[in-house]
Amino acid sequence: MDVIKIKGTDDTPSVTLDAASNTFEIAGRSLPEDVASFYNPILEWLDKYHQSPNPKTIFNFKLVYFNTASSKLLLDILMKLEDLSKAGKDVLVKWHYSEDDEDMKEAGEEYADIVDVPFEQISYT
Amino acid sequence: MNKEEKKDNVSFLEFVYDFYKSMKRHEISLVYEGEITHQITKAFTSLTESNMAKEEESNTVQKKVFHVMVECLQNISKHADEYGTNDYIFSGRGIFLVAKGEEEYSVTTGNTVENTKIPDLKKLLEQVNSLDKEELTELYKKQIKEGRLSEKGGAGLGFIDIKRKTGRNLDYHFLPINEETSFFLLTSTISRNN
Repeated sequence: MDVIKIKGTDDTPSVTLDAASNTFEIAGRSLPEDVASFYNPILEWLDKYHQSPNPKTIFNFKLVYFNTASSKLLLDILMKLEDLSKAGKDVLVKWHYSEDDEDMKEAGEEYADIVDVPFEQISYT
Repeated sequence: MNKEEKKDNVSFLEFVYDFYKSMKRHEISLVYEGEITHQITKAFTSLTESNMAKEEESNTVQKKVFHVMVECLQNISKHADEYGTNDYIFSGRGIFLVAKGEEEYSVTTGNTVENTKIPDLKKLLEQVNSLDKEELTELYKKQIKEGRLSEKGGAGLGFIDIKRKTGRNLDYHFLPINEETSFFLLTSTISRNN
């Protein structure tokens, strides 16, 4: 399967989607000029991955900032992971937030409420 | 340069000085009028970020100011209507102000809107202002689940997010320009004592 590897910038997150090395991660800041065109390839990749997923998928979110337009697309990603989990696959979402970032912690809690997928909150310093 | 022009020039420069004094009086740290592009959004947020870091503003306050600035700027770039033409081509122009006082930051935007859009806008702002923290969380969850991304890439979550992040009501005002359009002013306030 193709690998998605995008380097982060000051307005787009770094993204690694690599089934072979079992690495799935979105990290950094997300306020792209055009959210749909940034996230669509990621969503399409997840659709393809759904057809032949790894036995266990751990998806890491390590965001420090995202705007409201991105929040909608992040939910779309989480819903794809929910689909995978509902299809009987082993999926775990790890939501990383800075210890002093109450808002990022809350954002994780809200996503965990909305989607039905195993969800783990991890704080870092 | 003739006498008349010289006089005009002086009065213009005096206006600039008055403008400067007025900015100082209102503690305005950033003011801009024009088209709000993605580049402008990035430039203003990074400028304000580095100023806040220099002044050792707390991380929490920095993040909240950043959040509010991005949502406000993107509101203008996605929603501001053009003024003075018959075809209302999307223009994304507006005025943008950041003020820093002893107790709080305020972010103010102003842009033209078509009068036909005002009732919906008012309804949404009134709704957001009337809700408490938990109710806002519920509205946010409902909107993020059910809402769809607009053609311009908005999620319809901006006002909700601003109130949630600041914990303060949004102040707004509509001033009539002509029969079709009004000037929409919006101020968000971020407390510096968290």
